[in-house]
Amino acid sequence: MNDPQWQGYLRADGKLGVRNTALIIYTVQCAEFVAHQIAQDEPDTHVIGFPGCYDNEYAIRLLLALSRHPNVGAVLAVGLGCEYTQPARIAEVVGRSGRPTRSFFIQEHGGTASSIRYGKSLLNALKRELEAVPRVSMSWPDLVVGCECGGSDGTSGLAGNPVVGRFFDWLVDQGGTAVFEEVVEMIGLRHELEARAAGETARIALGLTYEKAEQYCRAVRQYSVSPGNFAGGLTTIEEKSLGAFAKSGSRPIQGVIKVAEAPSHPGLWLMDSVPDQHFMQFGYTNPNDTEGIIDLISAGTQVVLFVTGRGSVIGSPISPLIKITGNSKTFQRMSDDMDFNAGAVLDGTMTLDQAALSLAALVRNVASGGLSKPEKLGHREYFIPYKHQDTPGLLEGCRA
Amino acid sequence: MSGKHVLFQIHAQDNVATLLDDARQGDLLEHRGEGQDMFLQAWQETAAGHKIALRPIPLGDSIIKYGVAIGIATAAIRPGEWVHLHNCKSRYDARSSLLDLNSGVPTETRYE
Repeated sequence: MNDPQWQGYLRADGKLGVRNTALIIYTVQCAEFVAHQIAQDEPDTHVIGFPGCYDNEYAIRLLLALSRHPNVGAVLAVGLGCEYTQPARIAEVVGRSGRPTRSFFIQEHGGTASSIRYGKSLLNALKRELEAVPRVSMSWPDLVVGCECGGSDGTSGLAGNPVVGRFFDWLVDQGGTAVFEEVVEMIGLRHELEARAAGETARIALGLTYEKAEQYCRAVRQYSVSPGNFAGGLTTIEEKSLGAFAKSGSRPIQGVIKVAEAPSHPGLWLMDSVPDQHFMQFGYTNPNDTEGIIDLISAGTQVVLFVTGRGSVIGSPISPLIKITGNSKTFQRMSDDMDFNAGAVLDGTMTLDQAALSLAALVRNVASGGLSKPEKLGHREYFIPYKHQDTPGLLEGCRA
Repeated sequence: MSGKHVLFQIHAQDNVATLLDDARQGDLLEHRGEGQDMFLQAWQETAAGHKIALRPIPLGDSIIKYGVAIGIATAAIRPGEWVHLHNCKSRYDARSSLLDLNSGVPTETRYE
């Protein structure tokens, strides 16, 4: 931690990555197998895609944001040939960011085996260009870190999330950027959210985001508290919400970004992944943990923290996932999967501040190329569903 | 008496802390976490994961955890006393005060 700088990858659009990844995108489920076969045995090559044949503007924005992510240096888009989402359009738009891109339709290249061969040749050309990406020094102000929690137990609100919150305070004080989400788990905290706003525009945005989340919960009849929570010692919805909100730390909230939007300046940001009103009413917020994590990555987060008290065995493509548990027993039981034991705070062997600094050292190590546990194991889960969000405004964020 | 049990305080301004192990009436509680070290005894049997008052909380005062009001005291609460549905209510969710104190299950739902 004495040296606050490490070596990153400079993209043509000025973004700084902590990984140098080639990304293969499939534009319909029918092209998924070929996409994965192209990536087979290729180091630093990740696969994402959208399964639906009918296109979805939200999903396209998400794919584009992930393609122009700081950690991504080159993109190969693969389609079957009859779907709505167009691989050539993805390649064209991403190409404008200066990233080398290629695309093709399987139907134009003679089936599975020849498409895999053709895709591998395109990927090899892209990888040669990736090798030429300049290495530059980067430090905390260049870093955007996301946080999500899932598979929670009683320790998540007591230790896991508070340790991340204290680290986020530290990161923001260093000039870095932090993004948290799960607005539907903040019901009852409108006043606390608004009180944390960095300014009037942010206060209005937080109020509107909260209101939308409350309406959403009413509409889908899903509030995030159950008899088991009360039996476990939680007394009010405010208390439960604060356990999730604790990961945001205590610094002012600069504003609200939607999925596929990047924060416009450093500091702490709230991501709104709740669907907006739409004629088809489709969309679900945080249908699972991997969806929430890919949303955070779409904001340009180069590293993502995942707090899981019970323990989870997921990872993520594009950005390394660092898995934190507030439960020392979980940490011991799942030592191959867990990166950080925030349970030391409950055990009395570390203070919150010590744990936050120790986490900062781990984040720095991963940002400078050290593999997180999910990366070592090869985990790259993600989930991109049909959803509707209104096109992000440019008032508070910019397109990633 | 069955030894010491850890009482974990999250924020220095909190007036409640979370019990990490089950405690019986009169058990000594070992303070840990933020805030000032203090000597407390469990006022009654209290389960792990539940909250215990760190100081006297008058009727109508806020219950503070994470440095933020998580509810309002519906009775005067003594240091060491269990804080839950019977003496703390939400500012938003009126229904939680009607839940069974121990199981958290709704008591007002009619099944027939």
